[in-house]
Amino acid sequence: MSISHLLFWILSVAVLFSALMVVTSRNPVHSVIWLIVTFFAISGHYILLNAQFLAIVNIIVYAGAIMVLFLFVIMLMNLNKESEPARHKWLQLAGAVSGGALLLVLVSALKNTELKSQQSLLIEGHIGLIKTLGQELFSTYVIPFELSSILFLSAMVGAVLIGKKD
Amino acid sequence: MPINYYLFLAIALFSIGVVGVLTRRNAIIIFMCIELMLNAVNLLLVAFSKMHYQQAVAAALPIANPGVEGQLFVFFIMVVAAAEVSVGLAIIVMLYRNIHSVDINFLNRLKH
Repeated sequence: MSISHLLFWILSVAVLFSALMVVTSRNPVHSVIWLIVTFFAISGHYILLNAQFLAIVNIIVYAGAIMVLFLFVIMLMNLNKESEPARHKWLQLAGAVSGGALLLVLVSALKNTELKSQQSLLIEGHIGLIKTLGQELFSTYVIPFELSSILFLSAMVGAVLIGKKD
Repeated sequence: MPINYYLFLAIALFSIGVVGVLTRRNAIIIFMCIELMLNAVNLLLVAFSKMHYQQAVAAALPIANPGVEGQLFVFFIMVVAAAEVSVGLAIIVMLYRNIHSVDINFLNRLKH
């Protein structure tokens, strides 16, 4: 087993464990911290796939900006204690069972696909580099890129308008 | 690395997000579980993009950047997720200001 395969398994275990901790922690602040750990592990996966640009963007946008926003909101509402009343036991069990059933259905539907022999290239490949993605983004995909700036502007206006008092 | 492993990892991550949405009552944590699901999809898109890259390289196809669309798609998903989070958190803050709780069981006021 090569070092990249070993890293894949370590990162996968880290992703799944921290995702489970996000769902199971009672304290919302702990959930946010575990979600940040999840994002860092996913960024590790991106680096392993040589998608360097996405790894950095994932850390900056998700772990940096979005999670800080979540933390601010949680602390603004003073939710950093275990104040959440637990949902009814049977409802929790039903939720877990239906999620597990979804997992089971998807795995059993996809375990014999013809993709099985395909490999995903680790470490090598130049398509994840900033140069390639930037050239592609500013030539072929320049219109969606500019449209996303309009989306951001409208999201900003919407957030200010909704968050305004009265 | 076989694409199957990435497929199952993403499915497991997505299912954990679904379980979180179904079992928690705090609106913010439900929102975070939605982010978890988005990230599962992103991870799978990047893995598929590298799979297409390897296929195109192995077949020596005359394409400039095979598989780059997948990574750009992930980039746009991140853009939309950032916009969605800002608006969603503004809505949650407004709800908290009005009903002093983020428990989703109290969020059925639209029908009254």
